[in-house]
Amino acid sequence: MSERLTRADVVHVARLARLTLGDAEVQSFTLELADILAHAHDVASLDTAGVVPTAHPLPLVNVLRADVIRPGVDRTEVLAMAPWAEDDRFRVPKILGETT
Amino acid sequence: MALKNGWELVVGLEVHCELATNTKIFCSCANQFGDEPNTNICPVCLGLPGSLPVLNHMAVEFAMRIGSALHCRVEPSIFHRKNYFYPDMPKDYQVSQNDEPINVDGYLELPDGFRVGIERAHMEEDTGKTQHMGSSGRIHGANYSLVDYNRAGVPLVEIVSRPDIRTAEQAKAYVAELRSILVATGASNGKMEEGSLRVDANVSVRQPGHEYGTRCEIKNLNSLRSLTRAIEYEANRQIDLREAGERIVQETRHWNEEDGRTSSMRSKEEAMDYRYFPEPDLVPIAPSAEWVAAVRDALPLMPADRRRLLSEATGGELAPGSDPIVTIVDQGLDALVLGAVAHGGDGRRAVNRVANEVVTAEQGARLNIAGFAALLVMEAQAKLTSTQAKAVLVEMMETQASDPAAIATARGFQAMDSGVAETLVDELIAAHPAEFERLRAGDTKVAGFFVGAAMKASGGKADGKLVTGLLRQRAGL
Amino acid sequence: MSAPTRTVVTVSTGDPGTAANIAADVRAGRRTAVDVLAQHFARIDAHEGDVHAFNLVLRQQAGEQAATVDAAVAAGIDPGPLAGIPVALKDNLCTRGIETTCSSRILEGWKPPYSATVVQRLAAAGAVAVGKTNLDEFAMGSSTENSAFGPTRNPHDHTKVPGGSSGGSAAAVAAGFASIALGSDTGGSIRQPASLCGIVGMKPTYGLVSRYGLVAYASSLDQIGPFAHTVEDAALLLENIAGHDPADSTSIDAPPPSLVAAVRRGRADGVPGLRVGIVEELSGEGMSSDVLARLDVAVDRLRTAGATVGHVSVESTKLCLSAYYLIAPAEASSNLSRYDGVRYGLRVSQGAANVEEMMANTRAAGFGAEVKRRIMLGTYALSAGYYDAYYGQAQKVRTLIIEDFRRAYQQFDVLITPTSPTTAFSFGDKTADPFTMYLTDVCTIPSNLAGDPAISVPCGVGDDGMPIGVQLLGPALSEAVLLGAAAVIEKGN
Ligand SMILES: [Mg+2]
Ligand SMILES: [Zn+2]
Repeated sequence: MSERLTRADVVHVARLARLTLGDAEVQSFTLELADILAHAHDVASLDTAGVVPTAHPLPLVNVLRADVIRPGVDRTEVLAMAPWAEDDRFRVPKILGETT
Repeated sequence: MALKNGWELVVGLEVHCELATNTKIFCSCANQFGDEPNTNICPVCLGLPGSLPVLNHMAVEFAMRIGSALHCRVEPSIFHRKNYFYPDMPKDYQVSQNDEPINVDGYLELPDGFRVGIERAHMEEDTGKTQHMGSSGRIHGANYSLVDYNRAGVPLVEIVSRPDIRTAEQAKAYVAELRSILVATGASNGKMEEGSLRVDANVSVRQPGHEYGTRCEIKNLNSLRSLTRAIEYEANRQIDLREAGERIVQETRHWNEEDGRTSSMRSKEEAMDYRYFPEPDLVPIAPSAEWVAAVRDALPLMPADRRRLLSEATGGELAPGSDPIVTIVDQGLDALVLGAVAHGGDGRRAVNRVANEVVTAEQGARLNIAGFAALLVMEAQAKLTSTQAKAVLVEMMETQASDPAAIATARGFQAMDSGVAETLVDELIAAHPAEFERLRAGDTKVAGFFVGAAMKASGGKADGKLVTGLLRQRAGL
Repeated sequence: MSAPTRTVVTVSTGDPGTAANIAADVRAGRRTAVDVLAQHFARIDAHEGDVHAFNLVLRQQAGEQAATVDAAVAAGIDPGPLAGIPVALKDNLCTRGIETTCSSRILEGWKPPYSATVVQRLAAAGAVAVGKTNLDEFAMGSSTENSAFGPTRNPHDHTKVPGGSSGGSAAAVAAGFASIALGSDTGGSIRQPASLCGIVGMKPTYGLVSRYGLVAYASSLDQIGPFAHTVEDAALLLENIAGHDPADSTSIDAPPPSLVAAVRRGRADGVPGLRVGIVEELSGEGMSSDVLARLDVAVDRLRTAGATVGHVSVESTKLCLSAYYLIAPAEASSNLSRYDGVRYGLRVSQGAANVEEMMANTRAAGFGAEVKRRIMLGTYALSAGYYDAYYGQAQKVRTLIIEDFRRAYQQFDVLITPTSPTTAFSFGDKTADPFTMYLTDVCTIPSNLAGDPAISVPCGVGDDGMPIGVQLLGPALSEAVLLGAAAVIEKGN
């Protein structure tokens, strides 16, 4: 990629990645990510016409499981690990939904 | 319903269907509606660190059945991760099929013969359930939310139609038809009230012949009634905007059942960037030709084929999309009709009797097919009037009796001789001159009065049609 | 930092011997597992304060496991092929009811409700888990300096890093805290610390060892593998954790290979006729001279044992580093999304008006700088408009690498390279510039991208007296061949 990574890109990506970044972090990530991506130029600019991407090094297919119920985990054990549980469920702060 | 000022509606539907498997799509937890919160959970469907998915064989099988029933090509496919953050999604990505889905390019035939194209029917996992706590009980104005992951990882097939639908009624017919197909394949229980089927509608409007307009996606359509109301509301909203010279913003909108409106979901500029990439924890699905053929061959007849068979049984007198035939297929009463025809019953009469008098599968189950056929034959041979035949049919269902002749005899039913009928009609005219005058003057509703009187006088033996005919003759109509 | 001291195991009285010896003695009733464990705990007590190999020492549980092993022996029941062997577990392997942190604040205090398949297999084979070892946070790093709980020191020189990300496991074995250990290797995270700490480390063929219960960094690259003092111990450990697992869809459905026998064969018979290729791109530029000198020694040993040696060019290895730093962060960005403060681990609610802000604040507080950097990089590489140029392109490069290696393996049975371009470096040397740190993985990354096995085996020391390892690479499922050849190199030490 020839375009240079900008501060605005970093802010956008941080929002996508759900990371609250301070100004200093935005600043340093802008420089560091641009640097790493510059090193990736050899890959980004390579002529790969006709090359099939490898998503996986193994040529496995159709790995399937029988549709048989097996015991899971006890909810008390799991809810005990939750930051906040209420009424046998996981409690979270309010979710922004539709506007009115 | 036609839209105002010549606008044309364009609708494409995305139907999420929960599969009727025993277990979830990627783990061995029970796929069970209505259990205590967070009781069907394990490291996999909770997205615990280190857990890995393994695909459920039956989920693939059901997906292939759905694809075959919708005339799709079943293709080699892979799973992708669809990345977005939401508390009811344990991994904060959804495992779904993106550009290589298992089923592509099919169609669904509505009862009236109209075909809606199916773009794809792909597999994915369901999310957990969030309950919004606070004064309203709705997402807006809630103070906090509680999450239950029992539903997380329940297998879904998402059926995406092409934008071929042109009216709200057609959308409703599409979902109803799709529901019967899904139930017929055994892949779904079809219970919309339990969320087994969930519909999103992509709605736009245009002037006929023009390009598609900008569409809005409406979510939260939990019933056929919501579907048609929401589409109509949304179409009118868009028309009003367009006619006022405003632009439609492509967005997701939420249907509010209580106020009957759609409203914009909070628009997030990043919401559309799902950063799909192939799911590295799963391997491709490549069903063999034999597997695909075996699934296709094992499918039962689909509703469209069944309607066609019933229509043929009436010698084409009733169209496949006619109400009685649609009712019979909906209720699964085909076997009763086709069986009666095989036993010599008349097809059209069989269809009408089953659709109007038997009506439900439970009633149908109480009826002996040969006995029902014999009843149809008696009626056809004018041994019973239609009123008498109906009464016999009701008794056969009540008592599970199989011999209509015995019931008719016990009740003293026999068709009234036409000479007796003429005498009776003349007596009634003489007894009710004022009513007869009104009939002569063209008030045909009075005929009903005379038929009723004839029935009463004859103890139900009179043939209503015959009485009406004689009356009209006497009245010179 | 304390003054340079050493806590390395040397053969002396009190040396518990190899893992193979321990198991043989314990099974035969010549030694008790409790005694063996006490020897290791004595070393932990003496040196763990300096080395900091562990996030958690399982004093009580290990004692109970050892006692169970001894009770079985006393009852005439064979406790299994790993009877009484003290093993250290990288702290990204889930252990039921026992804290599993990945050396991250975001998982601090989390006790999984289940154990990784490898952890279950070790227990079933009679091994005794002594502790959870330190790592670069979520296995992202090459020095263990990225741990949220402080760095691990190289037992050979406490001013030097142990390598990473499995630095704690490598140091635990090198320091004699455990006889063997498990690590995970995504771009060299077993082999590089093994090399820097002077022990054996192996990354198996992708799919040979179940990943179920290994907290994912980059799913298509991660593999669990062994650390050991000897090649035979590495083979013994690998043999007992390998094999099909229905809980991992990417697990190879084949019986586990026979590996210890291959090591013994190599040691006894050498490697007659084995064709060894020196990878040109990884045996010159960028490698320090002492490292290259030891590579020559290893090659000589193989030649003496009957191998024929040649040079081979694997050109696409030059692209591996770039491809890796697109693929691994991309997968990581998705794998690490689940740490959102909802179900387990850290939650930072303060100042959050809604769940989105809670998630973003939790992740900002819970992740360290390198983890954030890779999440950012990976998110960018997958985002709209960049997928094709970055992630998509890197996946195609992966195909080229696989094809390149396939060509090389038509001429050669195994390939040889240094494991790491240098010996262990000092704390802080490479933390200022992320890319400098990434360069330390240049030799190890190719086999992760190809999914092939590779082993690092010690071969002497460098000018600074610090250990140097050489790396052997082979095609998929060639573990037995690699271990046999590694035994030849080891024999010369
Ligand atoms: Mg979907
Ligand atoms: Zn589950």
